[in-house]
Amino acid sequence: MIRAIAERVRQGKRTISFPKGTPVVPDRLRGLPVIDQARCTPGCSRCVDVCPTGAIGLVGQKVSVDIGKCLFCLDCVAACPGGAIGFSQDFRLASGSREALVYSGGEFRPACALEERTRRILGRSLKLREISAGGCNACEADVNVLGTTVFDLGRFGIQFVASPRHADGILVTGPVTANMRFAVMDTYHAAPPPRIVIAVGACAISGGPYIDHKEVSNGVDALLPVDLYIPGCPPHPLTILDGLLRLLGRL
Amino acid sequence: MMSDTKPARMKNAGVLALKDLTLLNIREFEDSVTGSLSAGGRLCALFGMPYRLGNSIMPSADVITLVAAIGHGREGVIEVAATEVKDSYPALTRHLPQANCFEREIAEQWGVRPAGHPWFKPLRFHRCYRPGRDAWTRPLDGEILPCVTDFFRVEGDEIHEVAVGPVHAGIIEPGHFRFQCHGERVFHLEIALGYQHRGVERAVTKGPDKRTLHYMETLAGDTTVGHATAYCQVIEALSGMDVPARAEDIRAVALELERCANHTGDLGALAADVGFLPTSSYCGALRGDFLNMTALICGNRFGRGLARPGGVSFDMDGSRGDDLVERLERTFRGVKGAAELLWETPSVMARFEDTGRLSKRMCRELGVVGMAARASGVEMDVRSEFPFGAYRISRPPVRTWFSGDVYARARVRWMEIEASYEFIRQRIRGLSKGPVMTDAPLEPSPDSMVVSLVEGWRGEICHVAITDQDGRFARYKVVDPSFHNWMGLQMALRDQQISDFPLCNKSFNLSYCGHDL
Ligand code: SF4
Repeated sequence: MIRAIAERVRQGKRTISFPKGTPVVPDRLRGLPVIDQARCTPGCSRCVDVCPTGAIGLVGQKVSVDIGKCLFCLDCVAACPGGAIGFSQDFRLASGSREALVYSGGEFRPACALEERTRRILGRSLKLREISAGGCNACEADVNVLGTTVFDLGRFGIQFVASPRHADGILVTGPVTANMRFAVMDTYHAAPPPRIVIAVGACAISGGPYIDHKEVSNGVDALLPVDLYIPGCPPHPLTILDGLLRLLGRL
Repeated sequence: MMSDTKPARMKNAGVLALKDLTLLNIREFEDSVTGSLSAGGRLCALFGMPYRLGNSIMPSADVITLVAAIGHGREGVIEVAATEVKDSYPALTRHLPQANCFEREIAEQWGVRPAGHPWFKPLRFHRCYRPGRDAWTRPLDGEILPCVTDFFRVEGDEIHEVAVGPVHAGIIEPGHFRFQCHGERVFHLEIALGYQHRGVERAVTKGPDKRTLHYMETLAGDTTVGHATAYCQVIEALSGMDVPARAEDIRAVALELERCANHTGDLGALAADVGFLPTSSYCGALRGDFLNMTALICGNRFGRGLARPGGVSFDMDGSRGDDLVERLERTFRGVKGAAELLWETPSVMARFEDTGRLSKRMCRELGVVGMAARASGVEMDVRSEFPFGAYRISRPPVRTWFSGDVYARARVRWMEIEASYEFIRQRIRGLSKGPVMTDAPLEPSPDSMVVSLVEGWRGEICHVAITDQDGRFARYKVVDPSFHNWMGLQMALRDQQISDFPLCNKSFNLSYCGHDL
């Protein structure tokens, strides 16, 4: 017992101060893209050619990155001769609108909150049922991390529950494989309205690395209306937490 | 060529010209595989491809070539043999349980029936890759629903069946479990997967292209570095690239960090499953510390974007190495304290000991790999048996335990964290100098074969590539360690309490997506 208490003291307090304080992120973290349209070389389309998921759009000389498709892999950065594309350490990527994820520089409008009426129903708690539907399990891992002492999701009233019957909505990871389609729909319908739907990761938003495979749907919104998109492959836990808090109008 | 009845022999990540791949008739093939396995070999991969071998391989509509890769750990040699089959052939599984899932996969992908297979069921529930065929003669216009198939049943008074999944209570991947129980006691557990099937192997064919590496990094997200390294070794072997020593060091550091992160997370999850919260909450945070060390190197917690054919994309510049070692030492002290609490707490040990036992003999018979096999006393580890990259120069010692129970799998995890910790510190202190990327071109040689093995944190990762006359992949086979080990978990659960399933399951912590591909 004394040993256990001593160890408790030694392990210390781990919970980060986010959202009050600014969290420290790795200097090489790849967050919101930085696009410098002026540096794009006329006639060049190398970024478009190398992008594994077709996330880059080039209309005339205007470059855009669909961060709902982006794997944050740096292939475009390496290919661009003029240095028009880069990545910042800004981890705030979530959005309530799919169109807003197509980003071409300038201000990014992070997630919008649920409407007042829904938020009143939820009060100060949000219970979610997670459905893993065909990705690589890294998104699941970084959703799980929110339950550790570092992020301590419970302090925001957010909790992952075992049954859809107890949930206010579902959080989906993975592109939704053909083999999971049925289970996703069943789970969704088992939850009582308002049934919020949150798509976490490139897979759940657009199909991610498996985009256009016949074995998958290109993301959850092919099947269900989505309230919140959280980009990344996988998103950093802070990106997920930031998105959830914005959805609840807490940021 | 081809008159020889001896299988060809290769080294880990060595190249074999396809003309030297011995084509045996089906009898010789069966004898050769059986002989190799009884001589102590292990089936690393067995797969089919719609091509015929020759000086140059040719696509074929009616013939499927089966290729077997068998690892001989003691000699560090991989034997490869091939045979041709049409609609049916005598199943190897009749005598070799290791072939079970491989043969079901061959049937599902190519519509070839392994005759006499004792438990002939689909594996991932998708359509055959050769249109118009189906090994189970299911209607060709109907839908294939996941896990709609026969299950093993025990009949009798008071026998009941418990079905769980695909959606489980926690945040975990989907799978379907059927327990045959008598009261609390489990007679038999059958696991049916395929929900995570997203068609990766099919999509990799004809590569490499701009997506290939990203498929490899997401075969099993928690094994990003392991699978990416296995793939890089394939391309580097095929292109004859020399990988700079510094890049190999950085890859090995990242691979060991991946091992530490997952093992630490599992120790925490095991503690949670027996209701011991201190270790569970410490390990949750400590696992994140390891992931953040990987992010310190490459910006991503899972190592995305680090390993690239020819080297690594990020250098350990400036004070990054010192920073990493400092964090590592701090985190290691934390894990040590958290793990020791487990061994010192009688209520934890009472649940760990003697639960979910898997014998050494069963491991060998089923071809169980990695940490799970080592916990049953099987001394095997790709890093020492088939050393690759930086492990050719130095490697952590192989850690085993004898009891094969949940305790052993927890204990071996801890011992491996200890060993990896020492190894990482050494590698960073003695980090080779020079570039981290070669400028040699990426040009896979035509009509060649490579078998690439890596010891991921779960165990042996095996990638096999076979190129056509243009140097494109005619076949790219991925074998995640989970592919071998799911059967081990099912056997470990026999005669256990059903309430111990979560604990047993966690003690293996297998990948669904790595299996389903
Ligand atoms: S989005 Fe990326 S990290 Fe998430 S499940 Fe898909 S492949 Fe894995």
